[in-house]
Amino acid sequence: MTERLLAPFTAIGRAALSLASGIGRWGVFAGDTVRSLRHVDVWGRLLLEQMSRIGADSVPIALFISTFTGVVLALQASYTFTGAIPMYFVGVLVGKTMMLELGPVLTGLALSGRVGANIAAELGTMRVTEQVDALETMAYPPLAYLVAPRVLAGIIMFPIVTVLAVGIGVVSGWLTSLQLLDMSTAEFLRGLTLFFRPFDVVFTVIKATSFGLIVTSIGCYFGFHTRGGAAGVGQSTTRAVVASSMVILVLDAFWAVVLL
Amino acid sequence: MSIILDDVYKAFGPHEVLRGFSLEVRDGETLVVLGESGSGKSVALKHMVGLFSADRGEVWVDGRKLRDLPTEELYELRRGIGYVFQFAALFDSMTLEQNVGMGLRRIGGLSEQEIAKRVEECLAVVDLDGLGARYPAELSGGQRKRTGIARAIAARPKYLLYDEPTTGLDPVTKAVIDQLILRMKKELGVTGVVITHDVDSACLVGDRIAMLYRGRRRFLGTPDELKATVDPVVKGFIEGRPELMEETE
Repeated sequence: MTERLLAPFTAIGRAALSLASGIGRWGVFAGDTVRSLRHVDVWGRLLLEQMSRIGADSVPIALFISTFTGVVLALQASYTFTGAIPMYFVGVLVGKTMMLELGPVLTGLALSGRVGANIAAELGTMRVTEQVDALETMAYPPLAYLVAPRVLAGIIMFPIVTVLAVGIGVVSGWLTSLQLLDMSTAEFLRGLTLFFRPFDVVFTVIKATSFGLIVTSIGCYFGFHTRGGAAGVGQSTTRAVVASSMVILVLDAFWAVVLL
Repeated sequence: MSIILDDVYKAFGPHEVLRGFSLEVRDGETLVVLGESGSGKSVALKHMVGLFSADRGEVWVDGRKLRDLPTEELYELRRGIGYVFQFAALFDSMTLEQNVGMGLRRIGGLSEQEIAKRVEECLAVVDLDGLGARYPAELSGGQRKRTGIARAIAARPKYLLYDEPTTGLDPVTKAVIDQLILRMKKELGVTGVVITHDVDSACLVGDRIAMLYRGRRRFLGTPDELKATVDPVVKGFIEGRPELMEETE
């Protein structure tokens, strides 16, 4: 009877312990990865390739999402403001929301699916087929060869992709305002620039950089520690996407509290 | 100087795999480690190249204790050891040439032309010349194993460790791989360690044969001594008679 009553608390305690140990192991993994950066000869020549795979190849999905987000933001702003607030505030809402929130977060979430899952599946498959061991036997430090270039590419390319996405989202919001809301370019630009501060760009870049670090390092962590066969790879991939999506949302709130 | 496993213990969680396994590989010989599937042969082999660290006991390679080696020195030591994986462990995204040249690029000191020449030579040794531009997915199981051997010999190692080199192959391909192991010793003069559960292959390629049973060494001797053994466990294994092994339990 007592056991039954305590069961939920036991479950919560176990989950908390599991979370804490998971964060600890990820921290050790991240520390080892930082130390592996001394092998510049190993990761240096792989960085460009990873920047292309993680960054350039992610541009279409990021732009697709931001285009439609910009359209919806403009239409919803107009729907909300009509008759109450001057229409140039559509530009304010599209600009501020794309830059501070939806641009980085939606891009981060989309890329956690595309990039994080890809990394976890690739490294997981390499682990279960002994390709990681093969690297070690050929004297390649696996963290320097597999993890460092991916994480560095994520840190470099996420902000670039995010800034592009924000730009396209604003442009699509502007075109929507012109075509569907009978607004002029001058009106939209007035709103767009009204509350703009250069720090907004810095804020976007900081968020996107942290999302790049999280998505790639979590993908690498779960992929690198994959056990078992195909089922293990599937599990790692799912865990990588779920964990990085959750951390992105937590970080999103964290940066808002700390920087705004 | 050679490879020595001295009273090695290794457990994964509650499962004890090696329970005081000792072995000395002599320079220039091919030593075969026989044992049932799951007996810990591959685990023992991975200790020899530092992929696993012993819970207790020590592993020595060329007089150097692996446990005490700093990472950089361990990598340096591994350059002298070629490892042939059970399922080849080729890099899927690379061609055969790139796979075989991978270790050479890490060693450094060779121009791209020299690497290409060495890769060509290694592929020729395993009779895969002309297939360098193919990807692992385009190869048969036997060709993949041969590519694994080509990759392992590319850096001209002193030791070659083979993890189940003939498992899952048809009899003809198995014979090809066995002959290849013999050639590696004869032509390249490498010291070999072969992990297998195939008694015929073991007797053909091995100068000495060890049997791993329940985490410990049960037998060590020449192929002739293996065939003449009266130990019921070893006899039961080589004759495929589990009842003999069970009687001793």
